[in-house]
Amino acid sequence: MKSSVILFPGSNRDRDMISALTKISGTAPNLVWHTDTDIPDSDLIVVPGGFSYGDYLRSGAIAARSPVMDEIRKAADKGIRVMGVCNGFQILTEAQLLPGALMRNAGLRFVCKTVKLEVTNAETQFTGQYEKGQIIPCPVAHHDGNFFAEADDLKRIEDNGQVAFRYADGTNPNGSINDIAGIINEAGNVLGMMPHPENLIEPDHGGQQGRGIFESALEIVASEAA
Amino acid sequence: MTKARVTVTLKNGVLDPQGKAIEGGLYSLGFEGVESVRQGKVFDVELSGSKKEAEAQLADMCEKLLANTVIEDYAVEIVG
Repeated sequence: MKSSVILFPGSNRDRDMISALTKISGTAPNLVWHTDTDIPDSDLIVVPGGFSYGDYLRSGAIAARSPVMDEIRKAADKGIRVMGVCNGFQILTEAQLLPGALMRNAGLRFVCKTVKLEVTNAETQFTGQYEKGQIIPCPVAHHDGNFFAEADDLKRIEDNGQVAFRYADGTNPNGSINDIAGIINEAGNVLGMMPHPENLIEPDHGGQQGRGIFESALEIVASEAA
Repeated sequence: MTKARVTVTLKNGVLDPQGKAIEGGLYSLGFEGVESVRQGKVFDVELSGSKKEAEAQLADMCEKLLANTVIEDYAVEIVG
């Protein structure tokens, strides 16, 4: 399975993502610059974390208007899997590939810690290797992770089973509505999540429970670690 | 040239933790009777076209970039 990682000026989690995808899939991902208007054939396109454009205007706002985003939109429309982590999630909401918005953390502070994540929907294209209700640890590092959607949108997201992950056991670090940590689009092929599964794939990370997301998305048979 | 001021504010009902913190700051300074503070953004934009062209362009700019209409409202004022 082939993957691509999109690079924006100010991304800083791209290397972790490249490393994770390389280790899990056995093949280095294609690297796609934000001005590119062509994405190599990919089964999974990843928008990594960081601070694209210094978070100027709003987190992800300027990156979401980059030339490469039109290509990501076309790929998503064709059913290719797209995953945004942290700033990548913010970019995908700003680009309206995912509903809602990510606002300043309710506590106003940047949070960098490990939270507990509940796999709310284990039947998505990104969570098939988990059990419904399974709780995994996962690192977060963000200032704007406070997911918000208006009542009608929120109801639709919940009713459609679009909530992939929730913060569990009172570990919501940012005040996000309904403890939402990650959502998919209606078609189910676009995932956005604030936590960083790419930082939970090796024993030295303190756990490997993040692998399942990549293995599900890339349709790789679960390793013994998943 | 047309000068415009665009004001972007959070929609009613959207929690504004920064506004709340500022409200707390005013309270700490001893200002009494502050019932609410909401934070927003102001953009001063200069455009080469006529006022009419500018108005249409600015609305488009707000929809496409300056505001995130999921959480924000915007107002455009032509100031010169």
